[in-house]
Amino acid sequence: MNLLKKPGWWRGRAAVIGVPYAWLALFFLAPFLIVAKYSVSEMGDIVVQDVITAADGLVKITLKYTNFVALFQDNLYFFAYLTSLKYAAITTLLCLVIGYPFAYFMARAKPSSQPTLLMLVMLPFWTSFLLRVYAWKGLLDEGGWVANLLEALHVDRLLALLHFIEVPGQLMHTPFSLTVGMTYTYLPFMILPLYANLSKMDLRLLEAAADLGATPWVAFWRITVPLSKAGIIAGSMLVFIPCVGEYVTPELLGGPQTLMIGRVIWDENFSNNDPPMAAAVAEVLVLLIVFPLAIFNKYQAEAQEDRK
Amino acid sequence: MSGRRALFSADFARWFGRYWLVGGFLFLYLPMLTLIIFSFNHSRLPTQWGGFSLEWYAKLANDTEIINGLKLSLKIAFLSATGSVILGTMAAFTLVKYRRFRGRTFFSGMVNAPLVMPEVIQGLSLLLMLVAIQRAIGFPERGLLTIWLGHLMIGMSYATVVVQARLQTLNPQLEEAAMDLGARPWQVFTLVTLPMIAQALASAWLLTFSLSLDDVVVSAFLNGPGATPMPIVIFSRARLGLDPSVNAVATLIIVAVAIFVAVASVLVARAERRRAAEISAAQRDDS
Repeated sequence: MNLLKKPGWWRGRAAVIGVPYAWLALFFLAPFLIVAKYSVSEMGDIVVQDVITAADGLVKITLKYTNFVALFQDNLYFFAYLTSLKYAAITTLLCLVIGYPFAYFMARAKPSSQPTLLMLVMLPFWTSFLLRVYAWKGLLDEGGWVANLLEALHVDRLLALLHFIEVPGQLMHTPFSLTVGMTYTYLPFMILPLYANLSKMDLRLLEAAADLGATPWVAFWRITVPLSKAGIIAGSMLVFIPCVGEYVTPELLGGPQTLMIGRVIWDENFSNNDPPMAAAVAEVLVLLIVFPLAIFNKYQAEAQEDRK
Repeated sequence: MSGRRALFSADFARWFGRYWLVGGFLFLYLPMLTLIIFSFNHSRLPTQWGGFSLEWYAKLANDTEIINGLKLSLKIAFLSATGSVILGTMAAFTLVKYRRFRGRTFFSGMVNAPLVMPEVIQGLSLLLMLVAIQRAIGFPERGLLTIWLGHLMIGMSYATVVVQARLQTLNPQLEEAAMDLGARPWQVFTLVTLPMIAQALASAWLLTFSLSLDDVVVSAFLNGPGATPMPIVIFSRARLGLDPSVNAVATLIIVAVAIFVAVASVLVARAERRRAAEISAAQRDDS
């Protein structure tokens, strides 16, 4: 390993570390600082006013908290944050309920068929996210076959009781269509980490449990599930965090009841032409997801260490 | 444990598992299949079947908005996939080979965060920064370059994850042997490491290419006047309601992706077999 100490190698090492580091600092970190700056500036007539101005040899810093005051005074923002967290949580839960057994049976399928199954889960990944959301528009709109099927089975009455739709027969632009769309598009993000985790499990542990008298059901809950904790957390975060800020699905499938924060940021920036307000809304959203993000990063880092 | 009970459970589990998998795949694929079928629909009502027709494809051929959008999107996707793989390989190398350096945790956090960070935040923050830079130095104008930067930022993280997974499975002795034989670090990388991770680089390239080709939100924030990338064209039409021309574009994209992925996986499987054969031949020569 004395080769590592040669000066030439060191220069190479500095470049290999430095280039991506500098890139991330410039295009990932710096923008967040800019957002912070914007969120405390005010719109002038048409341009954003500078926070720091120099006049008469004095540097003046003007911070405006009006955006944040508005954020806390107007119920719209509060409810949008709440709605986002709620539907992200519901989607995560649904993905887990559908995805966990799916990943489990995939991992226990014949080894020869597992690559094919994995391919089939990955394939929707490669096809467009946007088109997958759009597909549900055709299915749930009036006359779409899934809408007809659900109405024929009277599932729409049940959904209305659960407040997932307002009136039976109207499935589009409701909390229901939003949840279905998000669950559909994010399901592979749940299945893949769970499968990666479950397929690595040592099956001898289950044999040992059976020898000691545990039923398969007990063994599943007391051995398989605890051992797959890392996969559950990784999958849940991969679904939950992007869902909180989701824009495309609420816009295409959501309705008046499902104003999510991604749409608020979008509208503040594009329709209201008020980037400082959009920045303030985005900043609070970052604060909301910073904790789940830290959990995700921790597990991601651990998973990457484990693979060695 | 009683044998009978175990038998019942195993049978039940097998039955239940099979149905769950079939149901899950139906859930994943039926919507796409419906989308494809209705692109051949001869009917003005987008949810009612009115007979087979290719009219939407014929209309697509004259749809300059879509065609120009596709050209621009392919250009951006090519550039961002290439850039993502280069930056991602460096980042993956950093994370795998250099276990210790100042700010490593911070670095890995920054690499992983864009994987889950809501795109609205990424798009807005990058937009505000680029606007600030543009105001200060008059560059860059919003357009292809700014969209490329945005896609590069997200693509890099995905490329890092893919390349990193491959680098971790490599046998470090091969690189050490090359170094012992006097290869310079750069030669070790190009002659030993690169051929071994080529497959991962290819799949990282394809993944980031398709991510870029699909992106709506970041593109919308960083888009300038002039040409509009294809996903934004599709999105603005989908927003207005069901549009059979969107179904036709979707079908073409899905078919192209399916062929691409199928060909790629056949090639990969063949390369894998050849490598396995070479390794076993080399081991036979040894003994």
